[in-house]
Amino acid sequence: MNQDDSNLGRRRFLLVSMAGIGGVGMVGAAVPFVAAWNPSERAKALGGPTSIDIGKLEVGRLVVDAWRGSPVYVVKRSPEMIAALSEEAVKKLLKDPELKDTAQQPDFANNDYRSLNPELLVLVGVCTHLGCAPKLRAEPEADMYGYGGFYCPCHGSKFDLAGRVYKSSPAGKNLLVPPYVVEGSKLIIGVEA
Amino acid sequence: MSDKNSIMQWVDARLPITSAYEKHMSKYYAPKNFNFWYVFGILAMVVLVNQILTGVWLTMFFEATPGGGPESLEYIRREVPLGWLIQALHAVGASMFFIVIYMHMFRGVMYGSYQKPRELIWVFGMAIYLVLMAEGFMGYVIPWGQMSFWGAKVIVSLVGALPLIGDDLVIWVQGDYIPSGATQSRFFSLHVIALPLVLCLLVFLHILALHEVGSNNPDGIDIKKRLDSKGVPVDGIPFHPYYTLGKDMVGLIIFLIIFLGFVFFMPEGGGYFLEHANFEPANPLKTPEHIAPTWYFGTFYSILRAITFDIGPIPSKLGGVIAMGGAIAILFVLPWLDRSPVRSWRYKGWMSKVAIVLFAIAFVTLMKLGTMPATKGATILAQVCTAIYFLFFLAMPFYTKFEKCKPVPERLTK
Repeated sequence: MNQDDSNLGRRRFLLVSMAGIGGVGMVGAAVPFVAAWNPSERAKALGGPTSIDIGKLEVGRLVVDAWRGSPVYVVKRSPEMIAALSEEAVKKLLKDPELKDTAQQPDFANNDYRSLNPELLVLVGVCTHLGCAPKLRAEPEADMYGYGGFYCPCHGSKFDLAGRVYKSSPAGKNLLVPPYVVEGSKLIIGVEA
Repeated sequence: MSDKNSIMQWVDARLPITSAYEKHMSKYYAPKNFNFWYVFGILAMVVLVNQILTGVWLTMFFEATPGGGPESLEYIRREVPLGWLIQALHAVGASMFFIVIYMHMFRGVMYGSYQKPRELIWVFGMAIYLVLMAEGFMGYVIPWGQMSFWGAKVIVSLVGALPLIGDDLVIWVQGDYIPSGATQSRFFSLHVIALPLVLCLLVFLHILALHEVGSNNPDGIDIKKRLDSKGVPVDGIPFHPYYTLGKDMVGLIIFLIIFLGFVFFMPEGGGYFLEHANFEPANPLKTPEHIAPTWYFGTFYSILRAITFDIGPIPSKLGGVIAMGGAIAILFVLPWLDRSPVRSWRYKGWMSKVAIVLFAIAFVTLMKLGTMPATKGATILAQVCTAIYFLFFLAMPFYTKFEKCKPVPERLTK
């Protein structure tokens, strides 16, 4: 076969179509390799969203659940507790009352009570100092500036009932608020609306 | 090699052993004026062999699981006969690799070794550097100490700064919602198999491209322009044995004294090669007081942290990632930024000389700052150095074009 009687258009078509199908094949062959890097079923089961029934929460009672290997605190707050969070006198005692460190809470919790619904507080129960688990002290105490809050027994960091850190604490950041949604009486931690 | 014996003749008819030996060793004519800076390529090869050899042996004893990482590493250090030596050779070797590579790269910058026709050598070299950084990072993560975990967390979360896909990409890279055993074992696989293969291929291409065009030299003069009657450069000498035995062996001995000095007397490099916090097993609930990368990432880590402000619609975190990526990417295009008619800084104008010195100072300053906490003063200094770093490259097409260069001699000067 010589150049003159060969069909160049057909050759080009064959070349392009072969390259195209080959390319699709390559992408297809890459699928298992890419897919294998996604979280395994076990990782998903351990690290996926956690759901907590909040229908029977009592005011000032701490509910603890685990999410991605960390404890998650859920507390229902009374109207008095919520009102205290906006007091200027309280804010003066805090390190970051303006929530300038936006990584410590999702955008929906960028408010004085640091939550979706004012009465429902959801926090990751890991002290931002050295990772201990702070204790809930729901009742007002002189030691806690006359309010309720969280106290870390390891190095004495103090947080208010929105998880905001007091200036007197070794911890530098407010407690972390995880992403969550509320569906009826179900609180789902680990997904953002 | 006229007196080839019959076995060599038999092989040469089937495999180009003799011709390859001549092309790359005995008849590879290198400029006769190589100095101290021309030893680091060979040293890098030696360290590569060290890393592969010790790495293969460490893999025999190491267990890439969260609990098994620190545990098996201590087992290697304390119970495997001479395991401590193999482990120290590998860990110190990683830092030596970067020292040698940084010297090797700076040599290229000083003498314009990246200029035409050696652009591809430079590009392959930069690809090697990139793979080496990935190797260094993943190698630091797999022991699963405190700094492994938190370093992985900080570095992988950089991917999360990408808009839209960032968060999903972080989970994909980690294979979990936090760095976990899944992350560790995939990094282990990449560290011991995938990246070393790529590294060896790139080194092969780097040397193949170099031997195609020939080595540059401190004068930046093309020795192939003057050939003798046999077609051999008059200013060239055979690589073997003149450089292999005459210079590289001396350099190698001095290097080994330093290398083994660290291995035997300072295997942690004073906290720079192996940070003290990494001797503590990873604890996802407890952040170390001060998270710092190993020294060889200091420069780029500093550039990442120097962007503390939003740039228009780009948030500071993404801006930092872009700056860091840009700082590495811009190195690749260096051959096309230099418009100078001469190669070596010996004949470039004062602007190039000042620029190279300032760049080196900024690079080392950033490197040091990267291992230190980001205090206010340190951040401002890092920002100044970051500006110098980028200006060196971005202004290069202008200062190299307009400055007055010295005339380049016809022959090598020394």
